[in-house]
Amino acid sequence: MQISEAWLRSYVNPDVSTETLVEQLTMAGLEVDSVAPAAADFSGVVVGQVISMEQHPDADRLRVCQVNVGEDAPLQIVCGASNVRVGLKIPAALCGAVLPGDFKIKKSKLRGQDSFGMLCSEKELGLVAEAHGLMELADDAPVGFDIREYLSLNDSIIEVDLTPNRADCLSVEGLAREVALLNKLNWSTLEVDAVRIDHTDTLTVAVNAPAACPRYLGRLINNVNAQAATPLWMLERLRRSGIRSLGPLVDVTNYVLLELGQPLHVFDATKLSGGITVRYANTDESLTLLNNEVIKLDTQALVIADDKQALALAGVMGGSDSAVSDSTHSVFLECAFFSPLAIAGKARNYGLHTDSSHRFERGVDAQLQTRAIERATQLIVQIAGGVVGEISEVTSTEHLPVKTAVLLRRHKIEQSLAVKLADEQIIDILQRLGMQLFDHAEGWHVIPPSFRFDISIEADLIEEIARVFGYNNLPSSNLFMRSELSQVTETRLEIDRVKDLLVDRGYQEAITYSFVDTEIQTLIAPSVEPIRLKNPISSELAVMRTTLWCGLLKVALYNTHRQQTRVRLFETGLRFINVNAEVQQQKMLAGLLLGDVFNDQWAEKSRKIDFYDVKADLEAIFDLAGCSVIFSRAEHSTLHPGQTAKIIAADGAEMGWIGMLHPQIEKALGFDNQVFLFELDQNYFLNKTVPVFSALSKYPSVKRDLALIVHESVSANDIIGAIKNSSEATLQDVIIFDVYRGKGIEEGNKSIALSLILQDDTQTLTESEIDSIVNKMLTILATELNAKLRD
Amino acid sequence: MSATLEEILAQALQELATVKDLIELDKVRVNYLGKKGLFTLQMKALGNLDPEQRRSVGQVINQVKDQFQHQLEAKKDKLAADELSARLASESIDVSLPGRGQTTGRLHPVTTTLRRITKIFASVGFTVVEGPEIEDDYHNFEALNIPAHHPARAMHDTFYFDAHTVLRTHTSPVQIRTMESEKPPLKVIAPGRVYRCDSDITHTPMFHQVEGFLVDTEVSFADLKGVVYEFLRAFFEKDIEVRFRPSYFPFTEPSAEVDIECVMCNGEGCRVCSHTGWLEVMGCGMIHPEVFKAVKIDSEQYTGFAFGMGVERLAMLRYGINDLRLFFENDLKFLEQFN
Repeated sequence: MQISEAWLRSYVNPDVSTETLVEQLTMAGLEVDSVAPAAADFSGVVVGQVISMEQHPDADRLRVCQVNVGEDAPLQIVCGASNVRVGLKIPAALCGAVLPGDFKIKKSKLRGQDSFGMLCSEKELGLVAEAHGLMELADDAPVGFDIREYLSLNDSIIEVDLTPNRADCLSVEGLAREVALLNKLNWSTLEVDAVRIDHTDTLTVAVNAPAACPRYLGRLINNVNAQAATPLWMLERLRRSGIRSLGPLVDVTNYVLLELGQPLHVFDATKLSGGITVRYANTDESLTLLNNEVIKLDTQALVIADDKQALALAGVMGGSDSAVSDSTHSVFLECAFFSPLAIAGKARNYGLHTDSSHRFERGVDAQLQTRAIERATQLIVQIAGGVVGEISEVTSTEHLPVKTAVLLRRHKIEQSLAVKLADEQIIDILQRLGMQLFDHAEGWHVIPPSFRFDISIEADLIEEIARVFGYNNLPSSNLFMRSELSQVTETRLEIDRVKDLLVDRGYQEAITYSFVDTEIQTLIAPSVEPIRLKNPISSELAVMRTTLWCGLLKVALYNTHRQQTRVRLFETGLRFINVNAEVQQQKMLAGLLLGDVFNDQWAEKSRKIDFYDVKADLEAIFDLAGCSVIFSRAEHSTLHPGQTAKIIAADGAEMGWIGMLHPQIEKALGFDNQVFLFELDQNYFLNKTVPVFSALSKYPSVKRDLALIVHESVSANDIIGAIKNSSEATLQDVIIFDVYRGKGIEEGNKSIALSLILQDDTQTLTESEIDSIVNKMLTILATELNAKLRD
Repeated sequence: MSATLEEILAQALQELATVKDLIELDKVRVNYLGKKGLFTLQMKALGNLDPEQRRSVGQVINQVKDQFQHQLEAKKDKLAADELSARLASESIDVSLPGRGQTTGRLHPVTTTLRRITKIFASVGFTVVEGPEIEDDYHNFEALNIPAHHPARAMHDTFYFDAHTVLRTHTSPVQIRTMESEKPPLKVIAPGRVYRCDSDITHTPMFHQVEGFLVDTEVSFADLKGVVYEFLRAFFEKDIEVRFRPSYFPFTEPSAEVDIECVMCNGEGCRVCSHTGWLEVMGCGMIHPEVFKAVKIDSEQYTGFAFGMGVERLAMLRYGINDLRLFFENDLKFLEQFN
């Protein structure tokens, strides 16, 4: 909410600067977002009056005016505004004046005619963004008076960003209450006398939804002049609150809204049929709102209706059919209390948010309506005239909010805030907040005022005391907390360790959005139905990723489009998939690599990254936790059919994939480089067992190299598996050190060279023992894989 | 000295002078001093002389031989020294050329920031807990004292999947989940991704928060202030000014926003702090009795505090990053800066 400081100070005027005042509000929980001058800086402008006017001899659109500016002789000023006329009072900038934007006014000649100043529009004074013609001042404006003084422009506009619990401060009176409290000053609300009743016309008011509308007041005011001018003081206060003038009748309701916090509405009484009913909307009912939007009402919508149709969406916005206009001469003025629950969410359902709905859904003082309708009536009569009728009131007392007493215990205050406050101090704070206190053995029973919707439990009261006392005046403890030694488990590897490993191996960590483009998601995982957001921010962020590859591929493209030729990325995070209609959120680790193995360098011949480079990184990860996995040849729709492995955990579960991006997808996405990808389920490689020491053999190990010829279909896994399955106790390791195809090897076969590392714990192996072990291996390999020893 | 001996010496010295390496040198040595060497032969020929002559001629031969041997040793040392310096010269490299092999990458600055936050709290016994990102309405709102249509919901621009399922708008649901399953005393921090349906220059639809909470008997607002002060000073490694400002969160009471003295201008007022000298860095408060009620913890027996902070915000202040969106563009030129 934004408000004029001068208006606020008209209620309560502490002897503090604007800066201090604003600081007080902020530190009391009413955060001031900004403070701006009520008008741009300008000087040398006074109230002037046009006393005579002649057509400029050489310019059709200019007039040569004699303007009384309160000096001995009138000034000649040439003016081009269309609304300039004799008798009009206007702001006149004198020679030497400086207007906003450092625009200096000097004596000048316009088409040969002397001009000693300038007559100003509101725009030229920096008051509004757009204006047509001169600013017209009231007839009683004092000629020669400084315009800044006259318009009280030496004022600040304070914008307060109120939290939803402080609806009571959505008015000048509400803020004044806080300012008075914080400065320990007395203040009082505006006293409003009842307006004299001049006629007996009334509309019948029926409330069919008393729980939603516990109080409804309305009255007819006849013979109003809808074309009367809203007085300058009111216009200026509205302007400083960011509200545009819409004629005196609406201006008054807006003014009272700002002044007291009570939304009101004026209907054009001649446009109403019969009486007023507050009810829920009927099925298939619609309403054309003041903003000319037609809404289809649902039966949850509370409306104000006449005998014929819905007139307004209660507490939110009026309808255009019953709106006041320049020709209105009779109004029905409405002032109601709607229950917050009845209004909450209604405006948003229709995509609306109004000053009225903002207040009603947070809570308007249920005791305010009579004062507010009298105040609005008083102002309407004062500005637009009119004769006033009786108030028709329907109040369902049983539905009005009940303020029950809240027990506030001294020891709870002390326990919560770690400070012992004197009773007098507590009583003073609460009473200034408008609370009623009744003594209790442990403290007080406190009844909050009707305008505080946020106080119903003890903690609410303790917060109020803390707030007024000042959070920064409350003690702060040293960190003496109950503490236990933390557990440092060795059976679980932290993902941070894995991230560090990847970073050390040249990967860059990326963090991408969890929601992705439907298009890329479909391209990468066509067979998986992703989980869709109901209200995505854009189609590019519409579905939850089912693989982290979507984001990484986008990042890779983003960077290759920026001249990066080598990209190594990883990301950790959740993927979201439906399993048997249930959402699974799985922690994954994914990586993407493209370009050369190494950065360009002088010493190493560059080569493209390949499958085995990536695999080595994964093997390094698995080695961290000593996790044994199998890379098994498999197919994946995203990956190259010949360069893809499914990674299988020890328990046989599929734990991830590694492979080259399928050339078709590579092309579709616009890469001009091979891309390698991997993705692992974190569940499978972070479990660790505590290592158990085994004694070192005292005897030497021996190495025997074998070159085997096998069919192409035999994989390295097959060979190593067959050797390891032999259960040879002396076998320490098998290392493949060469794979050869070509001359000397029959087509369709390959030669695999491997080393066997043998070692016995109890003796040095003899040559004959070694030969017999090697022969045993060869026999197994021959039988199982048809492997032959290469000559 | 006989003419022959003189000739031999002259010849030997001449040969020695032309020697270029140790192998040639050895040949020269064998040629003159070996078993059949010219000096050796001279010595052997002494036998033919009478004893008188033998001694004097022998002395002369020995002198000449020694002279030659001395020259030979000197030559040998010189050749060895030349050879070593030639090797050293040939093996010298340009040490300013860069090293080779794999370069290292970087962690994302959000991760680095999260790790620092976690480490600071872990040092006083907070444990890390995580929660789901697709969350139900109950844990994200209801249990946190934000019923349907509560105006506070407007403060959270929520992404929905259906009427009851959302992307969590904050890490606070982890508070509920933890208190549902564990008994006080609790000291927990919950880092993670959160989502708001908002995207502009200062908002991204996804960002990171760290939620922290402590539940025990006799926890007061003073304890909350103490923890927050200590944390901020530890995080910024600076004795910065911190202030607590009353605010409102449905799940805490009293609630506070925490401001720190602007780290960009040291509180002088600048663009980053909107010329106020203060920066809002976290929200916090004492856990609301309604929240305790929802998780069946007796608020007469236990009290607690909770706080939440935006990780990107802290990273921006710590590293001087001026645009939130950079975090999720993942431009390598950005990521590479944070070592």
